Amino acid sequence: MSTQDIRERIDAFPTHRIGPYRVRAGRPFPYGATPVPGGVNFSVYSDGADTMSLVLFERGATQPSAELEFPPEFRTGSVYAMTVFGLDAENLEYGFRADGPFDPERGDRFDAGKVLSDPYARLISGRAVWGREPDWDNVYHYRAQVLNDDFDWGGDRPLRIPAEDLVIYETHVRGFTRHPSSKVSAPGTYAGMREKIPYLQELGVNCLELLPVFEFDELDNPRTDPVTGERLYNYWGYNTVSFFAPKAGYAATGPFGMQADEFKSLVKELHKAGIEVILDVVFNHTAEGNEQGPTISFRGLDNATYYMLTPRGEYYNFSGTGNTVNCNHPVVRDFVLSCLRHWVAEYHIDGFRFDLAAILDRAPDGTPLPNPPLLEQLAHDPILRHTKLIAEAWDAAGLYQVGNFPNYGRWSEWNGKYRDTVRRFVKGEPGLVGELATRMAGSPDLYQGRTSSASVNFITAHDGFSLADLVSYNDKHNEANGENNNDGANDNNSWNCGEEGPSASSHIRRLRVRQMKNLLTILLTSQGIPMILAGDEVGRTQLGNNNTYCQDNELSWFDWGLVEAHAELLRFVTLLIAFRHAHPVLRSSDHPTGTDRVGSGYPDVSWHGVRAWAPDWADHGRVLAMMRCGRHAKGGSVDDDHVYVAVNAHWEAHDLELPALPHGQRWHLFADTGAAVHPPGAEPELQHPGRYHLGPHSAVVLVGRAAHQTSA
Amino acid sequence: MSFDVRLRINDKVATIELTGELDASTAREFHDTVGQAAGAGAVELVIRAERLGYLSSAGLRSLVFARQKMGDEVRIAIVGASEPVARTIRLAGFDHSIDLVDA
Repeated sequence: MSTQDIRERIDAFPTHRIGPYRVRAGRPFPYGATPVPGGVNFSVYSDGADTMSLVLFERGATQPSAELEFPPEFRTGSVYAMTVFGLDAENLEYGFRADGPFDPERGDRFDAGKVLSDPYARLISGRAVWGREPDWDNVYHYRAQVLNDDFDWGGDRPLRIPAEDLVIYETHVRGFTRHPSSKVSAPGTYAGMREKIPYLQELGVNCLELLPVFEFDELDNPRTDPVTGERLYNYWGYNTVSFFAPKAGYAATGPFGMQADEFKSLVKELHKAGIEVILDVVFNHTAEGNEQGPTISFRGLDNATYYMLTPRGEYYNFSGTGNTVNCNHPVVRDFVLSCLRHWVAEYHIDGFRFDLAAILDRAPDGTPLPNPPLLEQLAHDPILRHTKLIAEAWDAAGLYQVGNFPNYGRWSEWNGKYRDTVRRFVKGEPGLVGELATRMAGSPDLYQGRTSSASVNFITAHDGFSLADLVSYNDKHNEANGENNNDGANDNNSWNCGEEGPSASSHIRRLRVRQMKNLLTILLTSQGIPMILAGDEVGRTQLGNNNTYCQDNELSWFDWGLVEAHAELLRFVTLLIAFRHAHPVLRSSDHPTGTDRVGSGYPDVSWHGVRAWAPDWADHGRVLAMMRCGRHAKGGSVDDDHVYVAVNAHWEAHDLELPALPHGQRWHLFADTGAAVHPPGAEPELQHPGRYHLGPHSAVVLVGRAAHQTSA
Repeated sequence: MSFDVRLRINDKVATIELTGELDASTAREFHDTVGQAAGAGAVELVIRAERLGYLSSAGLRSLVFARQKMGDEVRIAIVGASEPVARTIRLAGFDHSIDLVDA
């Protein structure tokens, strides 16, 4: 069989000429700029524009080198498509100019004075170095570029780790290695993060959840630190400028336009290390803000399509940031779907966490939909079929859907109720024993009929106190954010253990370490997917700031000096993660029922108090013990040990009566948060087989198996 | 410094010597040379970069092109790249498919 040289194809020849440029009618799909034989195909949607032009720049030039108006015959429906031949794609930056009515009441905000960024741009230049002041007079800031798909993936593909086996680690690309103590060759970048993969492997996490990496502008925060006068940033990045482009300022090679390659290399190496990558994605709003915000792309291309507007043409603000993306408009649905497919197909991304996801089920007029088409589409999309989908199931306008987010059997949720219950129990609040049991069992009250991996369990996340601060501060201390401490959540369910902030008291410091261990012990022995906030394993503090979205400094950065300073805590967390991986009984996908389904003589889960088989559900109760029967692990398909977890949130010690094990088995001590922790498999047998003395504010994890040589 | 590219093939080992700046304007010449090396059935490609002053993004892309043009079986080594050039190659992650060798 002979093959045809693609340059010989008839569609690789121009039919028209615009000035010196040879062009032909383009293909409407895919949208954006696509290299084709001999040229580049450009395609853009606008329903309301009267005319559309392609604006071409030489790389870095302040003024365009050409503007090519799309001839009427190059328009199909509301899509303008043109192939331009002979372009030097490497040195090209492009945008669009849309002319049309400016009639805000009808939703139109066309502005022919603006060069608009391509919503489908796969590469953005103009902000290649983090924090560098741009030329604010430049007519075009976020400059679309053409991307080549020539990355060498080798045999890589998404890992498809079963959701219930994940241990998620939430972190920020820049913050993870920006601190000088990271000692990486390119601090604060994808490449820097790649150098820290051995640390992640040693810790034992198998999924990295990255705060936004879609191109955003860290300089779009107008505030300054009220004390130092220094600039504050949009550090977290929840203000997307360009949804298909990886943030160039996170790439050491950004100035070379190599950010896509650098990020792909990170993903590829993480996969080699057995670590999945989940991206935190922000489809609820864009960086264009409200009526006062900049016109970057969507507003100028088709404001009424992309944004939810009131009958008077004002922006609905369900996101709390000025605008709300019109996610259930068919065109926008298509945009979101294409975007996610792009990240899965082109970047081998394993999953997504959707910021303020409740907005995704609102109709164009803001009403929550019972069967939102976007969510259904994402759940059943063929490209996303095995991709993890995680919802932050609330929004900023009061829609709270934890437990009832439309899930189609596919979606998981950040379980905010888990976070609140565990925090409140461990700090010593009464009346929570029953709810804690429910949360540790995978929150079957919220997720009945779904797998237990519907629940992403977490104690801390980027938004809120770090773990060390949760046990060191009663109140937030956000003065450095420049809003008189009015920003950030007030209901933190935190307890400072007796003194606000750093303490010289060894009693308080020991109690804090124990409390951190108690919280993590519950997290990593609960059913559901545990998520750890980066740095919590080494006691990272933000000095009581619970909203560091704007702090590009030591408040946010991972201080690698803590790895040595808090080596004991790190060892505890590392062994705890290893323990979870070693015990499938903690990772069943079905919720436990409290019954014996395999004939082991024990229920899959049983609850205990100071006395075995007698949990104290009363209001004053502050002790809860959970026993998991290993014969029920993974629905009885694998055999595991018994695991017993007891938490004492009381300020007094208790002598616990332990449930009896099957004949020939003994309890072994894996961890006591007030005493020792042992490597899984090498736990010493308890001296007293039937009792355990658990100190105040402490937790213990025991493993029941055949008698061992050593004793504790 | 003007750009120059030279190809030698000895015993199925192709050696490309680069002088000057590899960027968008010179990448084509480099691509053609890589094509010649591939066409000659080279089993190893050595890119001598001691006299390569600058590597632009287009130049970096050329290395991707070389990898794909030569195929997975062919070892590609870059010899004597200056530290800025080697660093950029490493940060982009290309050092996993192309060997960086000191001169």
